[in-house]
Amino acid sequence: MSVQPRRAADAASSPATVRLRGVGFGYVETPGVLRDVNLTLPAGSFHFLTGPSGAGKTTLLKLLTLAEQPQSGSLELFGEEAGTARRADLPAFRRRMGVIFQDFRLLDHLSAWENVALPLRLAGAKTADYADNVHEMLEWVGLGEKLGARPPALSGGEKQRLAIARAVVTGPELIVADEPTGNVDAVMAGRLLKLFQSMNRLGTTVLIASHDADLAARSGATVLTLDGGRLTGGAA
Amino acid sequence: MIDRWFPRRTPILPRDTGGEPWLAAVIAVLCFLACLSAVGALAADRAAHGWARALRAEATVQVRPRVGETGDAAAARAAETLAGVTGVEEAEAMDRKTAEALLRPWIGDAVLPDLPLPYLVTVRLDRDAPASAVSLSRALAQAGVDATVDDHSLWRGEAERSAGLITVLAALAFLLTAGAAGAAVAYATRAGMAAQAAVIETLSLNGASDERIAGLYQRRYGLLAAGAGAAGALAAMGAASALRLLGGSEGLSPALPVAWTDVLILSPCPLLAATVALVAARFTALARLRLRG
Repeated sequence: MSVQPRRAADAASSPATVRLRGVGFGYVETPGVLRDVNLTLPAGSFHFLTGPSGAGKTTLLKLLTLAEQPQSGSLELFGEEAGTARRADLPAFRRRMGVIFQDFRLLDHLSAWENVALPLRLAGAKTADYADNVHEMLEWVGLGEKLGARPPALSGGEKQRLAIARAVVTGPELIVADEPTGNVDAVMAGRLLKLFQSMNRLGTTVLIASHDADLAARSGATVLTLDGGRLTGGAA
Repeated sequence: MIDRWFPRRTPILPRDTGGEPWLAAVIAVLCFLACLSAVGALAADRAAHGWARALRAEATVQVRPRVGETGDAAAARAAETLAGVTGVEEAEAMDRKTAEALLRPWIGDAVLPDLPLPYLVTVRLDRDAPASAVSLSRALAQAGVDATVDDHSLWRGEAERSAGLITVLAALAFLLTAGAAGAAVAYATRAGMAAQAAVIETLSLNGASDERIAGLYQRRYGLLAAGAGAAGALAAMGAASALRLLGGSEGLSPALPVAWTDVLILSPCPLLAATVALVAARFTALARLRLRG
């Protein structure tokens, strides 16, 4: 694969990719979704985030992707304060991460190829510079035969793989995934786990929120548990 | 292979197939109206300036005969005097028949024979260096002719004021039309962004800045307005050309003399429409994105 994330040696010498200190967050209808969350994801680490439904996993991922800002505490990404970052500074953080959403967030009017190429296109890269990468990535997730297919014509599992390909095509420093194997069979889940592991070996920090306890156990990654808005286990 | 090197890129923003054709139609109609008002203003301005030029090149002298002198003789003497003044090309005493012809459309034939008419001299002035009313009066006084000179300055001032007013009204009409087009684009941008909120969020989470997203909207509506503006301008050009062809150099009426240059002057319309749309879409999109926080 031609994707080139940070090398493991660079990662080891870098500051933590993610650092949350005393983070709290809630909605008007459901206050206290996250309470005093402390979390450090060292560069090049691999974590699974588990917990029951409504534990706050998706909310925590929203904070990490800067879709929401912490109401208390601090959030650092790539060694920089991100929790209070100005709106204009958010794209710079987001271009360093790949995000896999539970609901995929694919653009239905674009082909599979164009969906994967989207982050590169938005970053201003030339088509000729990324065409091969995109093609390879789609081959890797098993969608090499469906380059021109639009998301509505794909199955749930295919959409999920497409969303994963889009998230990793830029070779991000941080991958944040919300239930990335929720719609695929066990074989494909194993294959996708290998993709994340290979990205991690190249230095990418990976955080996967998942209900799949077996997958978490098989991955050998540190498992964090979020329950009642509080985080336990792993690298707190 | 061709697709590999020249891939057809789907626009990042999905098409609003419901709203965009309507917006294009509205912009095309607005551009058509703006172009027609511009042609009308140019023609009216040309007519007003033409009248002012013609008035500036003429003067009328009313002669009062001396005791024992006929009116025709006094008018002839005045014409002879005025013909020798520097800045006068020609001076001609107006005979009663000509004066009656001028009055006939206003008062009819019935009373004309009994009506006492003033004795007039029409003076054609040099267009480049016309004689002033003062020099004409002085020459007549030196020749012992009792007369009043009218250099038409009253009418000329009215015509020039009318030309100025028409220009201001045309500029106002253009600004209003541009404002209406801008408002239509702003509304369409807001509606498009509301309908595409999920797409915008996806773009944002994939690293697109607000400027990049606003740029997508400004490009879309700028191109749409350029096309619609071209359609509106072409229709207006057709209408102006028809007026010019049907009416000759004076257009359909001497009040609206259309020139071929008026048709050409409409060519920047698509560019202007695109500029208005670009600005409106950009500011609207940025404002909406900042509002989302």
